[in-house]
Amino acid sequence: MASENMNLTLKIWRQKGANDKGKMVDYQIADVSPDMSFLEMLDVLNEQLINSGDEPVAFDHDCREGICGMCSLYINGEAHGPDRGVTTCQLHMRMFKDGDTITIEPFRATAFPVVKDLIVDRSAFDRIQHAGGFISVNTSGNTIDANAIPVEKHDADKAFEAATCIGCGACVATCKNSSAMLFVGAKVSQFALLPQGQVEATDRVLNMVSQMDEEGFGNCTNTGACEVECPKGISLENIARMNREYLAASLKG
Amino acid sequence: MALDSKTPKGPIADRWTNYKDHIDLVNPANKRNIDIIVVGTGLAGGSAAATLAELGYNVKAFCFQDSPRRAHSIAAQGGINAAKNYQGDGDSTYRLFYDTVKGGDYRSRESNVYRLAEVSVNIIDQCVAQGVPFAREYGGLLDNRSFGGVLVSRTFYAAGQTGQQLLLGAYSAMNRQIGRGKIKMYNRHEMLDVVKVDGKARGIITRNLITGEIERHSAHAVVLGTGGYGNVFFLSTNAMGSNVTAAWKAHKRGAYFANPCYTQIHPTCIPVSGDHQSKLTLMSESLRNDGRIWVPKHMKDVEAIKAGTLKPKDLKEEDRDYYLERRYPAFGNLVPRDVASRAAKERCDAGYGVNATGEAVFLDFASAIIRYGKEQALIHHLDVNDASVVKELGQEVIRNKYGNLFQMYEKIVDQDPYNTPMMIYPAVHYTMGGVWVDYNLMTTVPGLYCVGEANFSDHGANRLGASALMQGLADGYFVLPYTIGDYLSDDIRTGPISTDTKEFEDAENEVKEKLNFFVTNKGEHSVDYFHKRLGKIMWNKVGMSRNEKGLKEAISEIKALRDQFWKEVKVPGNQNEYNEELAKAGRVADFLELGELFAKDALERTESCGGHFREESVELDGPQKGEALRDDENFAYVSAWEYKGEPSDAVLHKEQLEFHDIELKQRSYK
Repeated sequence: MASENMNLTLKIWRQKGANDKGKMVDYQIADVSPDMSFLEMLDVLNEQLINSGDEPVAFDHDCREGICGMCSLYINGEAHGPDRGVTTCQLHMRMFKDGDTITIEPFRATAFPVVKDLIVDRSAFDRIQHAGGFISVNTSGNTIDANAIPVEKHDADKAFEAATCIGCGACVATCKNSSAMLFVGAKVSQFALLPQGQVEATDRVLNMVSQMDEEGFGNCTNTGACEVECPKGISLENIARMNREYLAASLKG
Repeated sequence: MALDSKTPKGPIADRWTNYKDHIDLVNPANKRNIDIIVVGTGLAGGSAAATLAELGYNVKAFCFQDSPRRAHSIAAQGGINAAKNYQGDGDSTYRLFYDTVKGGDYRSRESNVYRLAEVSVNIIDQCVAQGVPFAREYGGLLDNRSFGGVLVSRTFYAAGQTGQQLLLGAYSAMNRQIGRGKIKMYNRHEMLDVVKVDGKARGIITRNLITGEIERHSAHAVVLGTGGYGNVFFLSTNAMGSNVTAAWKAHKRGAYFANPCYTQIHPTCIPVSGDHQSKLTLMSESLRNDGRIWVPKHMKDVEAIKAGTLKPKDLKEEDRDYYLERRYPAFGNLVPRDVASRAAKERCDAGYGVNATGEAVFLDFASAIIRYGKEQALIHHLDVNDASVVKELGQEVIRNKYGNLFQMYEKIVDQDPYNTPMMIYPAVHYTMGGVWVDYNLMTTVPGLYCVGEANFSDHGANRLGASALMQGLADGYFVLPYTIGDYLSDDIRTGPISTDTKEFEDAENEVKEKLNFFVTNKGEHSVDYFHKRLGKIMWNKVGMSRNEKGLKEAISEIKALRDQFWKEVKVPGNQNEYNEELAKAGRVADFLELGELFAKDALERTESCGGHFREESVELDGPQKGEALRDDENFAYVSAWEYKGEPSDAVLHKEQLEFHDIELKQRSYK
């Protein structure tokens, strides 16, 4: 299959540390198989760099099957690159062609400071979850039976769809306002759709939104770019539902 | 030291209840004065950290990822078992216990497994209360599906993302405690040693992966929930960062390592495509509910498929060999993983592999699509004889059940599994072996606990599908929070543990010395160069099929590779910065030791059992001819290895396994 292999130019953001200035650096990579994943291509580049005495490119990754949400990368101007419904680790090189130049940058947002090269700090997402992304139930072994409260299948399915958010931050990186509304809306929605989530609904949405604002994420202006780039196809409906929840909570408050 | 499993006495069904009724408790006020370190935030570590904090202990939790939500439990696909018997199909605590012991090929500890089955029902209740959105039926009640090695439907699931949903449940429970200040969370921190003071585990040494800073952390007890060591094979379904380091450091500090050779090679993974590959991707076992596994019956068809002149879907039924259905009519495509993997290897070794490398078999959904399609056509009053209508309706059912898995397959392989059978091959997936623990989940180091995949305790020589999630959450939510209290009741007067002691200083210096060696060694090969070579030795000689000659070769090859690693490894960059190569170097150094012990353990165990298949030990005749042959008379024990320096010097301790509630017999799925 060597004939199908590609030679590529990579333009990669290099930044030594959080307080250093970064810049784009060009790299050549040869003989890239279309069957490689994008990150395997970067693994090969890093092996080259190490062997030639250079520092490898730092990037976040872990599960390599599109579920941990650790990988990020802004590729040719799109979060997770040109394919749809995938994270960077599932993006395959067959999406590119021989001779292409590929630009690779970190996810950029005020709330996601660069740590090194392509790695950013997304701990703001965790802090929003600390503020209310839970149902307060202690572990006892004595909660009610799991089947004691039937949940309409439609609602359960919608809650599940919202809960499939992997917390990667593509929505924020894509949004011109760096808004985290899709991420927060997904969590608020998951609980809002389930009977178990009702008891704390008011505090949850108020606290999570307040923490979101504190972290420096921007406002939502309904461009819908986040939904397009979301690797898990989290729906804009979730933002609308959060807005309703927020309004109801504010009126109650 | 003689091994004491501390298993309670009395009838098996009462042991856990009696135990809980008689342990020492720590009163709520005293819990506030006790610190616990939890390393790893997957299902086991995350659920333990959250529950211990709820109880009032001060918890410090550590993970190497950028958030606890990303631990590799997140990638578990298919489901979680629980003996709820919601389907009324005859399930019970005993049956789940029995299936697990039998599935593990009678190499697990009865008392632990019974307790696991007993608390399984609590897990589902707890998770639903947390807002975990399990799949439901139209009536609003929870749905179940079936997994390998059992004859009931007891698996709860959330599409193909069950691990994700359960982990996000545990993560949300942690978040509540982080928000209250009861858990102090250390993201991007890697544990590099356990610190013992007066023989007890009293802390850890960590490296901040962003700044490189080496830190001391103390506590009254340390819990490891750091996952399995499948990445010793380099290629596996584990996450790239999954490693044995925490468990191995514990081993070096006195924790025995049990059954390292028990590894699960999962039958349905996407085959290797080339040398560039960094990891392998699992296709959930749940697919075997509907997928049928086959290879062509005739060699000419194998060749035609490989050459691209015959499409697999065009091969006639009578020319296909559904080898699992043929060999195991009672369980068919749902035989346990070890059995299915060996059967795939057998066909591929015989030359019937269907892709270019000869290492792939088909997993085919065509007949399920037609079956579901006809059912839907009937329900919707459409023409059941219209093939295209039936196919479309059937594909929709399959999409609802397995959509994310099919999408994943299509992205990786570039083929549409709705229209052509998937190609799959076994890959390393899970390690049943791990740190030895007693009934309390305590290791041989007092105050050092081990939970989840990192310990050895519940799955014997083979784990059944959907049981890893069950065990992780059982350990963390419902077992450890009791057992650790019994130990800590002696510590209510101890007061804070100082890190300003010789023990901490020595451990920190050792860690620093090693890191310094790596960044100053002027070697010529990258860390991956060694890791890949180790993986090849492991896969070829300590993989699905093992023999004495190969294992002896593996032992000497790994030793030689380890010597070469310490001379020639090259790590760019510095210690005091983000440096992934440096982190990887430490992990591979530990894999190079574990790998040898793994092979040594496999060599010592001359029987076949579960995932450990010795070519010298097979049934020679009778209806089970060719199947794995266990040797209960000589090997019904846990191999627990004590560290003595080089892996070749490790000393074997045996925990004899006793079976009072289940009769030891040949595991038949025929």
